[in-house]
Amino acid sequence: MYLKNSKYIYAYIASIALLLCSLWIGVSFGTVNIPISTLWDKATDPIAYSILWKIRMPRVILAAIVGASLAIAGAAFQGLLKNPLADPYTLGISSGASVGAVMTIFLGISIPVLGAFTLPVFSMAGAAFTMVIVLSFARLVDRSMKMETLILTGIIFSSFLGSCISLMVALTGEELRAIIGWLLGSVSMRGWSYVNMVLPFMIIGTSIIWFNRRELNAMIYGEERAQYLGVNVKRSKYMILAGGSILTGSAVAASGTIGFVGLVVPHMIRLLVGADHRHLLTLSFLNGASLLVICDLVSRTIISPVELPIGVITSFIGAPVFAYIFFKQRRKVVA
Amino acid sequence: MLKVNELSGGYDGKQIVKNMTFHVEKGKILGILGPNGSGKSTLLKMISGVLKPTRGGILIEDRPINSYDIKQLAKKMAVLPQLNASVFTNSVYDAVSLGRYPHQSGFFSTWSKEDENLVQRAMESTGVSHYRNQHLEFLSGGEQQRVFIAQALAQDSELLLLDEPTNHLDIAHQKQILDMIRMQVELNGLTVVSIFHDINLASLYCDELLLIENGEIRAFGEPHEVIMQDQIADVYKARIVTYPHPELPKPQITMLPTNELERKKATINKKNFIITDEYVKYNSPSPLKVISSAVHNAGMGWYDTFLNRAIAPEYDIYNVKEETEQFLRHNRFSPTNTVVMLTAVKTKCAAIQHFSKGNVEISVMVTAGIGNGVDVTKAYLREDEPHIGTINTWVFINGKLTDEAFIQAMITATEAKTKALADQQIKDPLTNTTATSTATDSLLIAATQQGEEMPYAGPITEVGKLIGRAVFEVTVSAIIKYKEHTIL
Repeated sequence: MYLKNSKYIYAYIASIALLLCSLWIGVSFGTVNIPISTLWDKATDPIAYSILWKIRMPRVILAAIVGASLAIAGAAFQGLLKNPLADPYTLGISSGASVGAVMTIFLGISIPVLGAFTLPVFSMAGAAFTMVIVLSFARLVDRSMKMETLILTGIIFSSFLGSCISLMVALTGEELRAIIGWLLGSVSMRGWSYVNMVLPFMIIGTSIIWFNRRELNAMIYGEERAQYLGVNVKRSKYMILAGGSILTGSAVAASGTIGFVGLVVPHMIRLLVGADHRHLLTLSFLNGASLLVICDLVSRTIISPVELPIGVITSFIGAPVFAYIFFKQRRKVVA
Repeated sequence: MLKVNELSGGYDGKQIVKNMTFHVEKGKILGILGPNGSGKSTLLKMISGVLKPTRGGILIEDRPINSYDIKQLAKKMAVLPQLNASVFTNSVYDAVSLGRYPHQSGFFSTWSKEDENLVQRAMESTGVSHYRNQHLEFLSGGEQQRVFIAQALAQDSELLLLDEPTNHLDIAHQKQILDMIRMQVELNGLTVVSIFHDINLASLYCDELLLIENGEIRAFGEPHEVIMQDQIADVYKARIVTYPHPELPKPQITMLPTNELERKKATINKKNFIITDEYVKYNSPSPLKVISSAVHNAGMGWYDTFLNRAIAPEYDIYNVKEETEQFLRHNRFSPTNTVVMLTAVKTKCAAIQHFSKGNVEISVMVTAGIGNGVDVTKAYLREDEPHIGTINTWVFINGKLTDEAFIQAMITATEAKTKALADQQIKDPLTNTTATSTATDSLLIAATQQGEEMPYAGPITEVGKLIGRAVFEVTVSAIIKYKEHTIL
């Protein structure tokens, strides 16, 4: 029954093909174009070989990981909160993660047990903490947590946390100025260490959310109905929120705040194949990766040699989609 | 199946449900009734397990509900909360399939043949199969509700809790959904507990009713034990009356508006009679409550126009229904507001008279064709074809009659008519005994239902005395007129 419907088969084939394609062009195009064959051909051009393996590959892989994480987190948040405008960025969770990350750098925190994972762990803590506050505040304002209430709360906390970061940046000297560029979102010059840093968290977060795919399907009809269907709502809710925090926190720790990926991708998938989370989550994961790889390619080639922050590109696409979803949902309410 | 024992509970320390005890047997439908805020939903939330009671217990199949885990409970009990809009929706098939959730386990839960069969059967019995691939958001409220009922049926539980399942639905969909649930109860032994807003629907579809007032049980039992006029009026703080369902042994209620619609003052007046060659007509300024054995609009009802129509002897009595409607429409009478009797007697033979005594006023009209006199005690000897009513009696009363008064008025009027036939020595031609009536007499009692209340209309009440005298005198004078006319 699972894949009986052929539209899913096409969707998976197309998504995988798109991902492979974008990985290929992401690796071979740039300020210098290098054929993909160089990856396994060190002899012909050692310099190109080293660009590909040391710079391009980690960058493309990191973009893919971050894109996949944000997209699946967005899809999960939307299903859980029954809010099509929810995503790590619009809920202010990314800002929370940034505060955690900046604080780690600002205070020079390094916890020996965590080692290289100190930054993402603090980032995740920031994400989780912010999420709890945003959700409880929104519930306090309006028990039914209307779409607009939640997004407004997200914006309020986002701006507040933004100014906290600015304050921290202003209080320090030159070295943290670099953080600003990072905050706008970028996957450049990160290297394999960052890939190694976020990969485990992406796997953990994605598994947690994917494990709750059927529970998410029940929860789109409301938490009460889900419980009547036999879903342990409390447990699933905490698991999904935790999974979302892990994904957002680690993605932000690696690449700064990149907005709207978690909004655009699930929305497109829902339009094409529907809101069944068994497929929505997986397809969002695949296409989130492709989208960010392509956005990164655009950001570094569009006004080459200058590089745009990748967040600029995603917002450029994401904001109009956001506006469109908002318009459509409001119209639905009015009608 | 379900036992609720001394249950109390509510929200935020506020006791809403107080000390309720009731049991529901397998294969029964229990309807929960009560005014807004009486604790119906709170009770349902406690039974469904989302709200913890502060005291007392709920047992499903003699096991406390808190001893079931969430999935086990979902296998025992399906709950249909009130319909609310969801932002994301899946296809009908996917939504119904979710009903199988509690029966699946493991990370890669497998979809068995049994799962598929139950989903198919649930979709078929709710009539949603043919839009299985459509998305829920494109369906109407009634269709969506049916999808969720299918989901609940797919859950394959023995107990079903419903919170106003027919809210916002039109009567066709209300009937469809409740018929379907009733069918599941009868075929599969499902047990249902449902909140109802509509007392009449609850009465029609439930085996037992639970009436709640301020969080306490006011009444519990079969519909006729719960839907009692004074009890419902008291609990809902509304003026209502109960009346029997026309076809089923289930009580129904209807409201009595407090600011009664400005009803024109109705009086009984001889001037309201008009006689033409075609008919004798009585036109009341406002509708009268009527009980009659007329050919059109017989039985009990409210009407303002009354026709006693003279027809030719060759009139086709077998086509009377359509012909009468045609006649009414052709002559611009309202078919729903007019009572029609037929007579073979010329209209000028009608006797009309007004009587009053004290506060009681009545007008009586009689047309008497006595060619077919029948002695009712010897009627078993004859085999007549039906023919047109020969003694038609109308009695208009200015007063407020109870149901028993209407029936007594009919008895009194009939007795007076029989006496008039005897007085005029009308014979049954077949047996040559004194006739008691003719073969197809008709009687109509109409009352203004304003002014003085008349609880009884037997022969020794004021109104009864007047009816007896009036019907006797007018019938005699109608018989005399008829005789004179036939002799001429």
